[in-house]
Amino acid sequence: MKRFTAWRRRPWAGYAVVLVALATTGVVYAGFSPKADTAEASNSAAAAQDMANGKQLFNQNCSSCHGLNAQGTKDEKGRQIAPSLIGVGAASVDFQVSTGRMPAMNPGAQMPRKKPVEVFRNPKNVADVAAYVQSLGGGPTIPAPEQVDPEKGDVALGGKLFRTNCAQCHNFAGSGGALTGGKYAPPLDESTPTQIYEAMLTGPYAMPLFNDTTLTPEAKRAIIAYVVQTREEPNPGGNGLGRIGPVAEGIAGWTVGMGLLVLAAMWITARKPKKQHD
Amino acid sequence: MTDNNEIEGSQEPKATGGTDGGEGRAPKRVIGTPPPAGERQLIASDEGPPADRPGVEFDERSARKAERVVATFFLLAFLGSLAFIVYFIGFSGRDGGMHGIHRARESNYALGSAMTVAFLGIAMGVTVWVRRVMTTQPLVQQRSELATPPEEKQGFTDSFLQGAEETGLTKRPLLRRTLLLAVAPLGLAPLLLLRDLGPLPEKRLRHTFWGEAAKAAQRSGKKGVRLLVDGTETPLKASDFNSPGGIITVIPEGVEKTHEPLNEIAKAAVLLINIPADKFKPVKGRENWHINGIVAYSKICTHVGCPAALYEQTTHHILCPCHQSTFDATNGAKVLFGPAARPLPQLPISVDDEGYLVATADFPEPIGPSFWERG
Amino acid sequence: MSDVQAPKAVDAPLTFLDDRLGSSTFLKRNMKKAFPDHWSFMLGEIALFSFVILLLTGTFLTLWFKPSMLEVVYDGSYTKLNGVKMSEAYSSTLHITFDVRGGLLMRQIHHWAAILFMAAIMAHMLRVFFTGAYRKPRELNWLIGIGLFTLGMLEGLFGYSLPDDLLSGTGLRILQGVAQSIPVVGTYLYLFLFGGEFPGESIIPRLFTIHVLLIPGIMLALIVAHLMIMWHQKHTQMPTKGRTNQNVVGYPFYPLYMAKQGAYFLYIFGVLALLATFAQINPIWLFGPYDPSAISAGSQPDFYMGALEGALRLMPNWETNVLGHTLSWNVMIPALVPLGIIFTGAALFPFIERWATGDQRSHHINDRPRNAPVRTATGVAVVTFYGLLWLAGGNDVIAERFHVSLFATTWFFRFAVLLGPFLAFMITKRICLGLQRSDAATMAHGYESGVIKMMPSGEFIEVHLEAPEEQAAVILSKEEGKSLPAARDDNGIPAPGSRNPLGHLRLRLNRFWNVDSIPIEAGHGNGHGNGHGDGEHAAVEDGERATAIGSGSGTGDRS
Repeated sequence: MKRFTAWRRRPWAGYAVVLVALATTGVVYAGFSPKADTAEASNSAAAAQDMANGKQLFNQNCSSCHGLNAQGTKDEKGRQIAPSLIGVGAASVDFQVSTGRMPAMNPGAQMPRKKPVEVFRNPKNVADVAAYVQSLGGGPTIPAPEQVDPEKGDVALGGKLFRTNCAQCHNFAGSGGALTGGKYAPPLDESTPTQIYEAMLTGPYAMPLFNDTTLTPEAKRAIIAYVVQTREEPNPGGNGLGRIGPVAEGIAGWTVGMGLLVLAAMWITARKPKKQHD
Repeated sequence: MTDNNEIEGSQEPKATGGTDGGEGRAPKRVIGTPPPAGERQLIASDEGPPADRPGVEFDERSARKAERVVATFFLLAFLGSLAFIVYFIGFSGRDGGMHGIHRARESNYALGSAMTVAFLGIAMGVTVWVRRVMTTQPLVQQRSELATPPEEKQGFTDSFLQGAEETGLTKRPLLRRTLLLAVAPLGLAPLLLLRDLGPLPEKRLRHTFWGEAAKAAQRSGKKGVRLLVDGTETPLKASDFNSPGGIITVIPEGVEKTHEPLNEIAKAAVLLINIPADKFKPVKGRENWHINGIVAYSKICTHVGCPAALYEQTTHHILCPCHQSTFDATNGAKVLFGPAARPLPQLPISVDDEGYLVATADFPEPIGPSFWERG
Repeated sequence: MSDVQAPKAVDAPLTFLDDRLGSSTFLKRNMKKAFPDHWSFMLGEIALFSFVILLLTGTFLTLWFKPSMLEVVYDGSYTKLNGVKMSEAYSSTLHITFDVRGGLLMRQIHHWAAILFMAAIMAHMLRVFFTGAYRKPRELNWLIGIGLFTLGMLEGLFGYSLPDDLLSGTGLRILQGVAQSIPVVGTYLYLFLFGGEFPGESIIPRLFTIHVLLIPGIMLALIVAHLMIMWHQKHTQMPTKGRTNQNVVGYPFYPLYMAKQGAYFLYIFGVLALLATFAQINPIWLFGPYDPSAISAGSQPDFYMGALEGALRLMPNWETNVLGHTLSWNVMIPALVPLGIIFTGAALFPFIERWATGDQRSHHINDRPRNAPVRTATGVAVVTFYGLLWLAGGNDVIAERFHVSLFATTWFFRFAVLLGPFLAFMITKRICLGLQRSDAATMAHGYESGVIKMMPSGEFIEVHLEAPEEQAAVILSKEEGKSLPAARDDNGIPAPGSRNPLGHLRLRLNRFWNVDSIPIEAGHGNGHGNGHGDGEHAAVEDGERATAIGSGSGTGDRS
């Protein structure tokens, strides 16, 4: 299912949908009409259409802050309101929009993850706007589904890399952690493999980035495999207590452990019940 | 063991009414129409109302009822133990034993719940038993004076002094002093024997593998020792590490082949950061220690040695997640906040002929926490 | 007593022992020993029985655990780590968790028991402190308790370090940093402790021996001493009717108290099993093996080390360089000072109190906390200090969960640990005195019965009733502090012993201890309070007036 979700966000996913739809139509109407031709014919037309859609979506949802030409905007004192999007690449747009962080109502140092706005719940629209921004100045592209497939990652290597490069902020199990100035590293429990890849690639907000020549796509896939496998594996010892380590354990020990034992002590030492009257 | 002069108190209850539990409990307030005050016994009689006397007056009927409750708890506990045994023998060993996380989870729930029921069942049964069936009455015992009567104490003192006198130690100083002399070195023996616990510090804390490896590389005509990405162990080109805001942990090439790699990595781990060139302010005298904003700092915090690994690319802060010492990566890792007193040591780096990042020398100062001889 | 014969199964072994040891006299004398009942007297048992459970489960774990730092490549049933290099210690802990049946349960019970052990010691010590149960003749047991707590901290830290996971390795790394920063001997201490440089290959085998042999041995000896002394001195009791400083009112050890003890042991084991079943603790498989270049966010120690951790976080970055030598105040002060003050202060407190109050008597009746306001307030101040440091040890979790600035939490705690204790002292003392006043009022006018009565005039009053005898006994358990003779008598002649500064200090402390005390008198002015401190008397009278206005006089309604 997750793989399918990731797959749907691919830029050509829209095309594929068109292709499948056309193929089905073709089968229904014309029996054995040659599929490849149909697809190819529709491809360039659809691409132009998608780009137009992307531009329109951009103008409606992004341009108020990022500017009509995605050049970024500044307030009257010259402070940046929104950064330029030229060269940030499709990966960055896909990450920000598909995690619901953008479009933002109140831009700040850090946006929380939320449900994407109505129009971007359709993955095709996200893909279109990402493709449009990509066309403005290049930049990191959205990874192929194969690149983020957790099944194919080397989880042992991923663990080592995660602990060396990620756990300092996101904690050993990807539960998140504190940064300075009220910022925080978010938990990774909802991030899709594609989003994890894009975050490493583009370094959103305070997060440092790990480009593909430093941490190879293979290393990234290993990390994704580790994150996904870790969050999907059950807690063999009972409730995971948020997987945040000894603080939660101390609280549980005092409240549940000591609480129950004090209750037991009260029961044991309480005054004996009075004689039972009839 | 004890209690030699204890006078056993009477085992008959003397004053009983309300002896246990009710420490300073104010009588309950009555809200609404109260019963006539006269019905309430306001002043307890000396003996206390008999019903208050714990543990005595259970009638047979209530005791029998309680017995049934106790028996139910005990039965429950038995079933718990039984479940433990049945699961352990019958289920946990299937497919040749418990392997992996799913079976560990199942087994933990099954065995743990059974054990909980067994223990708590007995415990609760005994509680009801003690409270509703046992007829034991409270006792009042007298405390005896703990201190020994003076004459007996005197007797002890006399015997002790007499004994000391008999040994001759008090009037034979030569004996006394030579004995002390003989015993004193024995006290030092443990200290000597512990000497081989570890090596002496010497210059160990002042160097890391970077220096050694850089020198070795330079002897063979290279510019310095290459930086390997920790985990994948691949060398890194400056042109590969070209995105501003990027970080990566690196270790010296060849560290895995040393005698004790973990010890070396524990000193040599380095955080490589790519800071936008316009934000970067090299420290005086270290102008050529970076490549276009690519800068290398020791990952070992100068406070107590946790890896200071948390980097915010927006503020360029390096933060140690243990005690939150914060360093400014743009400015020689100067301390901005927190308990660390000194900047993170910087590693001089350069690029070799093939474009790979290399370290040209060791850190200029000892890495990690302060120590007395550090200077 | 009678000539009833015990069943043979009981009689035979008893006779066997008695013929050889004369044990029946001892047993006879001790089996009916009275134990006073109060729920708070059971806190120590939690610690005692947790210790027993720790011994049992710990022994189980040693059967599989390999205290070795030799590097192995994991190939086991926790597939996620297959092919990862790790120490044998870590891999054998994985083996206990995932391959030994009941191993995970035992590991979790062991760790939860350690948490409960320390929590129970803390709670027990607070109970003893606030009820003044450490007073003569029990100072020795108080000192043993402090020793046990300190050893427990070390024992926990060392045990926690054994699995060689990322979190425990981080703990060791901090231990190394702290050891290294000790002046003069620091580097030697560090290298001797680790048998070379960190992490080396010696520290886990060494800590293992200390953890399973040395410290538990010492603790066992101290616990036995603690219990023997307690048994010999007899337990303190709460001040209730019929209890005096000369008697013990309670249930006989055999059979009733023994049954209760047995039940309580099983409660503790049961609650630990419950926690171990449903709450995961120390998931070392998630932490991963120790790696000196890796670190996790939220790396915290177990809670009993939290105060030390907090102190390390709060300390400003002071360091001085004297004649080529580095002094790291930023490590030394937090490592030594806060807990040093608390432990030394706690150890000396009984003696300071005895010296300042001039009270040389033995006490077997517990004080109510309100009746010793200075002690109670001191205790609360220390709790506040410790508690704030403890919270500061989790400031990153606080910052993350409540989305506040990390540095803001640090600054808040920096001030709070210095100011909070004073505030807590003052507030607590006021509360204690308020409660004393309310006691005094209850004795003087009875308690508010909640009965509203309409007077013939149409006025409504609340009927006050005389406190029942049981309650009165509790309230009247208050002892007036003994004032030391004034520094100078009326003729200006200094009292003996007050001439030196120490004597002056003693008088000051004595005055501080006694100055705010509300005399509580039984009934109407027939008590024994001599009413020192006129200001306080006035305050009580104010209170009386307020009562009279608010609710009328209760005297007429006494039945």
